[in-house]
Amino acid sequence: MAHDHDDHHHDNELDPMAARVRALETILTQKGLVDPAAIDAIVETYETKVGPHIGAKVVAKAWSDPQFADWLKRDATAAIASLGISGRQGEHMQAVFNTADTHNLVVCTLCSCYPWSVLGLPPVWYKSPPYRSRAVIDPRGVLAEFDLVLPETTNIRVWDSTAELRYLVIPLRPDGTDALSEAQLAKLVTRDAMIGTGIALAPEAA
Amino acid sequence: MSLRELIAHSQGLALKDGGPVFAEPWQADAFAMVVALHDKALFSWDEWAQALSAQLKRPGALEDASDYYHCWVAALESLIAHKNIARVADIDHLAAAWQRAAHATPHGQPIKLENDPEPH
Repeated sequence: MAHDHDDHHHDNELDPMAARVRALETILTQKGLVDPAAIDAIVETYETKVGPHIGAKVVAKAWSDPQFADWLKRDATAAIASLGISGRQGEHMQAVFNTADTHNLVVCTLCSCYPWSVLGLPPVWYKSPPYRSRAVIDPRGVLAEFDLVLPETTNIRVWDSTAELRYLVIPLRPDGTDALSEAQLAKLVTRDAMIGTGIALAPEAA
Repeated sequence: MSLRELIAHSQGLALKDGGPVFAEPWQADAFAMVVALHDKALFSWDEWAQALSAQLKRPGALEDASDYYHCWVAALESLIAHKNIARVADIDHLAAAWQRAAHATPHGQPIKLENDPEPH
């Protein structure tokens, strides 16, 4: 809004989208379908509490505790819940483990399904049409955009998320990390490593 | 914006503690309403994903996903219209009332729907 040239300047303006969302909230509140306090609590959770640091803890535990890793492989939903992380959306989780031969990459070609409970909300590129369309067709080219070049011999397996099933990539544990604690290991696990567009950091780079 | 530029932008944000989760407050509210309505079992995640996908696949969707939350709101509107909770016309009227209320509210005071000078 150009304040100096607006003859009809008003003190308060709501842009069309802000007004629309207020209208929706008014209607849904009047019908008893949403509670403004609950809306605020959800916003606060996603703005301040949920994020990739949670997924990083899951990965660090999987690296440190073979029994947990095995559980995570068999039943990621239960293994993750055991850490006190609630998938409040009730979606099922599957952990896909990178190996020396196979690198995993997650996309949602349909829309933007993402493991919110362990990674927070997705980055903009994850929601963008070029990523959603190219990850399946040309995963190697997409990874190159992230400056991730894998050996030709490494298979890339692409997992297409759905509303009901969301994937968490368990990256390979970096070399030279045997002496690190779970908390130190968690610092090596980036969001991109858990989507598969990156790998875990080397200890000296963290 | 190319994928590489989007990535670079995102990594720039990551260096600054991840940047804001939502670009504008209405995006946060729209996001939270969908989570709340799902909690109330108004729709399944599958239904939601179909509705959102339908909006994201419309011709003219922006490559840089900057219209993502516009699509999100449109998907929410389509679902609540489909479930006979509110028609798009109802939302249009109420959104206009909110805008008039904002105009009529002095600076520094909270915007309330009652401030709309026109009778509803």
